[in-house]
Amino acid sequence: MGKARGKGMVGISQTPGPPLSAIRIQQLCKTYDGVAVVDGVDLEIASGEFFGLLGPNGAGKTTTLRMLLGMTPIDGGHVEVLGLPMPEGEREVRKRLGIVPQFDTLDPDFTVIENMRTYAAYFGLAGATVQARIDHLLGQVNLNDKRGARINALSGGMKRRLTLARALINEPEVVVLDEPTTGLDPQARHHLWRQLRQLRASGVTLVLTTHYMEEAQELCDRIAIIDHGRIIACDRPGRLIAEHIEPWVLTVGGPEAGTAIEQEIGHRDRAHQVADTWLVYTAEPDRLRERLRARGLEPTLREADLEDVFLKLTGHELRD
Amino acid sequence: MSDPTSTWLPRPSLRFVAVWRRNLLVWRKLLVPSMLGNFGEPILYLLAFGYGFGRLVGDLDGMSYMVFIASGIICSSAMFTASFEGMYSAYTRMAEQNTWLGMLATPLTLDDIVFAEAIWAASKGLISAITILVVASVLGLVSDARALLALPVIFLAAFTFGALALVITALARSYDFFLYYFTLAVTPMLLLSGVFFPLQELPDWVQTLALALPLAHVVEIVRPLMTGSWPTSIWPHLVVIVGYGAAAIILATALIRRRLLR
Repeated sequence: MGKARGKGMVGISQTPGPPLSAIRIQQLCKTYDGVAVVDGVDLEIASGEFFGLLGPNGAGKTTTLRMLLGMTPIDGGHVEVLGLPMPEGEREVRKRLGIVPQFDTLDPDFTVIENMRTYAAYFGLAGATVQARIDHLLGQVNLNDKRGARINALSGGMKRRLTLARALINEPEVVVLDEPTTGLDPQARHHLWRQLRQLRASGVTLVLTTHYMEEAQELCDRIAIIDHGRIIACDRPGRLIAEHIEPWVLTVGGPEAGTAIEQEIGHRDRAHQVADTWLVYTAEPDRLRERLRARGLEPTLREADLEDVFLKLTGHELRD
Repeated sequence: MSDPTSTWLPRPSLRFVAVWRRNLLVWRKLLVPSMLGNFGEPILYLLAFGYGFGRLVGDLDGMSYMVFIASGIICSSAMFTASFEGMYSAYTRMAEQNTWLGMLATPLTLDDIVFAEAIWAASKGLISAITILVVASVLGLVSDARALLALPVIFLAAFTFGALALVITALARSYDFFLYYFTLAVTPMLLLSGVFFPLQELPDWVQTLALALPLAHVVEIVRPLMTGSWPTSIWPHLVVIVGYGAAAIILATALIRRRLLR
């Protein structure tokens, strides 16, 4: 596995190595009860890339991932993973893939170590090499002293770490993670991020969905924002911010904020009300900040981030 | 997608053994209560009916009632064990524990998983049959080595009952749903298939009904083998058992695919 990966890294020359695209999706469609959940998605993820798929609930993230993994029939379009067409190549592809699903699928009838061994057996892996790999992986995710523990005795963070360790049992070339840090405390999230960065450094292609924008900004080389089954933006996090949004955000609260902003706002600025707080997106924050201060308001200034891009592109309304 | 036959005909691979082994490992952890169930209930039936009724009934078809009922209970017990496994236990793995979803993240396919579950249900049916065979031998109710030939037939039958149970599991929204199947299919089969009394005692139309279901055919093959003779016919009965099994595994796979991989 390590060999193949290494070749991918230097194989940018003409030598026939593994495909440079880990994942290639063309005009992917999925319809449930007449509703297009995925509606013409095109996506190309390079080998060794850390790719983020963002979108509101019900935008089509998970369905896209499931079609990628052969877990949902494809209604239209074309999916290739590691150069193999899906779903025809599902068995071969899943041999070389690591999957961290959104919901816990650990086996509650088994202990930590038994979970690892059983999962390895599903890949047809057994014996001393696998045992060494299990030891190594459990060490990596700090679960060595929990080997004999039952799954129900683990915390949420431990379960996630075990799920990641389990997904790496087959030394995957591509790891797909569906909201891996949802419900974790900050410590557990940072720990998981460190693991993912290490994977990235070792040449593994990573595909991640998340609701946490700072997570995507922190980890991903490239991000696609998906909404209503379509990709509405796809680029490096910095480029998305530069391209789609004003560089600064002023936040103002209080009952007078609305009228003050209406009167003081520059014609190129954009204001947005979220509950009782106003956000002003602007390229020239200093002038506006001074004016608002003069009216007795206390605006706070920060740089625009991915979350602002996300809210601009997908709207501020609640999704259920 | 491209090949239409691939969507309805299950094509399990040998990888199914890993799923079967997983279930075996879990079962081994619960060996004592599990075996107690396997031994306990059928033996209670055997003793209660055998001794209780046996006095009143005397001999049946040229054998003591105990011998008669032992050769029936070995069949019905395999049916119950495989049905339970294919419903309550398989449903737990499918809907409660997401065990199958976890497996689908590996090179295992749905075909592998459903087939493995049916084979596992068959294995548990076989285990229960073996325990009863041992007890019946100890009680002196089995005297002929042909009884061993009943075991492969019982394994096949338990596969059929397991696969039928998996069809119900595929349709179930909760555990309560299984009561319909037990009330409408399993219990009627238990009472009308010649387990406790000869099928011939029943009205013709009931016999016809019983022979439309698989358990009566299992009893028709197994009882002679258990009691030291050869069945008068094998193939017609086997065709029914295999037919039900094949139809059930195809249907169960298709329905579970529709449920999980939509």
